[in-house]
Amino acid sequence: MASISDDRARAAAPGAAVERAPLRLPKGWAYLPLALVLLTFPLYANGFWIVQIGAYSMILGIIALSLMFLAGYGGMVSLAQMSVAGCAAYFFAILGHSSAEAISLGWSAWLTLPLSLLIATAFATMIGLLASRTAGIYTIMITLAIAVAFFYFTRQNYDLFNGFNGFAQVEPPHFFGLDWRQPLPFFYLTLVVSALCYAAVVYLRRSTFGLTVQALRDNQRRMRALGYHVTGHQVAAYAASGFMAALGGLLLVWLNTRISPGTIGVGPVIDILIIAVLGGLRHPIGPFVGALAFVLLDNFAIDLIDRERFNTVIGLCFLAVVLFSPDGLLGLWEEARAALTRERRPRD
Amino acid sequence: MLAALLVAVVFLVGLGAGWWQLTGQDKRFIATVLNGLTLGALYFLVASGFTLVFGLMRNVNLAHGSLYLAGAYIGWTAADATGSWFFGVAIGFLAMALAGLALQLLVFRRMEGQDLRQTLVTIGLSIVLADLMLWQWGGQTYQFIPPDWIDGTVRLPMVGMGYSEYRLILFLAAVVIGVGLWLFLNKTKVGTMIRAGVDDRDMLAASGVNVQLVFCVVFAVGAGLAGFAGVVGGTALSIAPGEDTRYLLASLIVVIVGGMGSVTGAAVGAVLIGLAEQLGLVYSPTYGVVYTFLIMVGVLVWRPQGLLGRGG
Repeated sequence: MASISDDRARAAAPGAAVERAPLRLPKGWAYLPLALVLLTFPLYANGFWIVQIGAYSMILGIIALSLMFLAGYGGMVSLAQMSVAGCAAYFFAILGHSSAEAISLGWSAWLTLPLSLLIATAFATMIGLLASRTAGIYTIMITLAIAVAFFYFTRQNYDLFNGFNGFAQVEPPHFFGLDWRQPLPFFYLTLVVSALCYAAVVYLRRSTFGLTVQALRDNQRRMRALGYHVTGHQVAAYAASGFMAALGGLLLVWLNTRISPGTIGVGPVIDILIIAVLGGLRHPIGPFVGALAFVLLDNFAIDLIDRERFNTVIGLCFLAVVLFSPDGLLGLWEEARAALTRERRPRD
Repeated sequence: MLAALLVAVVFLVGLGAGWWQLTGQDKRFIATVLNGLTLGALYFLVASGFTLVFGLMRNVNLAHGSLYLAGAYIGWTAADATGSWFFGVAIGFLAMALAGLALQLLVFRRMEGQDLRQTLVTIGLSIVLADLMLWQWGGQTYQFIPPDWIDGTVRLPMVGMGYSEYRLILFLAAVVIGVGLWLFLNKTKVGTMIRAGVDDRDMLAASGVNVQLVFCVVFAVGAGLAGFAGVVGGTALSIAPGEDTRYLLASLIVVIVGGMGSVTGAAVGAVLIGLAEQLGLVYSPTYGVVYTFLIMVGVLVWRPQGLLGRGG
């Protein structure tokens, strides 16, 4: 690396905000009620709640989780996670079936599914290779530039990405004789993928790889002196989180049955960051909490204020969180708990 | 500097080729290069403020595009009310300079040294500002009416083809402002303080300079330039929602290519990106963005700190 001087890189490291002790959330069996609620959710909710609130929140949660993994543990705030998700969705439509007969190749889902995941992960790896040339605050600029450039590219390119229109009628495959478009199978599919991603992040956090990435966030120079391959670990983190984002992207295109530049525009790219920060970057449950809050606001802000002004509301919520609760909604939870048990938080 | 020379050589070769045998192809090429240069001039006006603020305060102001668009809208409203285009330009500059001052005093000063938080705040601000502007000015496109005497067509000497007079003046204005900024930074006392602050902020404060005041000056000038660019750029092209993102992306790429914190770098980067964008648009419309992107990737691989950036 050695691109920007280390002093500056360290001063700019976003990890500084997340260096404190991990959030103390309930552990183990305390999650049983949550799991029960999620598993039985379709029993007492209607189709709208199952898909548009439940599944949609979890999908956004998965993509935001991939950002949380990079930003929270690696100190690399990548704004290109939505682009990686969109890349997977685009290639699923390009290789498989869609309304754009002239472009879609119509391959079997057994082939398009792994291929689109692979291409998106490769895309994420390349983003990682570029972004790890710089550090800290520069990462945001470069990944934002990549995300916006990808958006403009898909919009102006008609040969491959079908330009402004994108692809419609992108159906999920019919595996195991089930129509995964139906609310119930789709909800459980999303739930299983979310749980797997969540478990993967929890596992990675404690693995040698995860610990190395966290150490790189805290002191890159020392880790290099110890003989760790800094860029290699960072790029691997990008690839791992890119794979997660790609899974989210596939679920997203199955939910919407369409993918167009609007899905990966600046708005959605920033939304993922908002969701991750809203929930909190210090624990993998944060992105899901943030996604649920975001989707609820998105759907029900209409009752509170003019639907047209949703962006103002979400922008102000985001500003409020950044200004007053750096750990997001999870931070509020911790503070409330600390206040209840009259427990002093360790000062840093 | 090497890149600037290279661009100049390419440009002159292009002009020379057009001089000898003026086919329609050549004229199209010259017009495209001129469009690229004027677009680069516009990008320079926007990006120079961005890079100055970044260099001194380590503050990636992702609301910089919003300042551009807000300056354009406010300038348009002022020009529309008074009928004077120049009044619109002045108001666009002043309004955004004040907005920048307010941002620095009310927001950034309170979270000094917390780069990520500052950047997140600017993202939040840009979302809210974009939505409020959409509310106030709606989704339609606005067009400025510049004074008649700068809004004509001039016949270019040598090549004998017509070109927009306004765009040439825009290019000249950007050159004048660029030279002015260079003189301000290199020949005045405040400029010396700013450059010292870019190199070592703490040492500057320790030697008795009121750093907060310097920050305010830089932020006001940077934001004001964005507002100014909003009006003059809105006159050359047009103003509509979404332009904020376009100029934010342009500023980002220009300073990544040119080197963060370097005004000369911003000039070089802006010309490169402006040319790449226009040439790409004309000669391969569906892959135009790729050229801009490849320039950025190339620079990151070859010189991660930017063409004229320091450090590393």
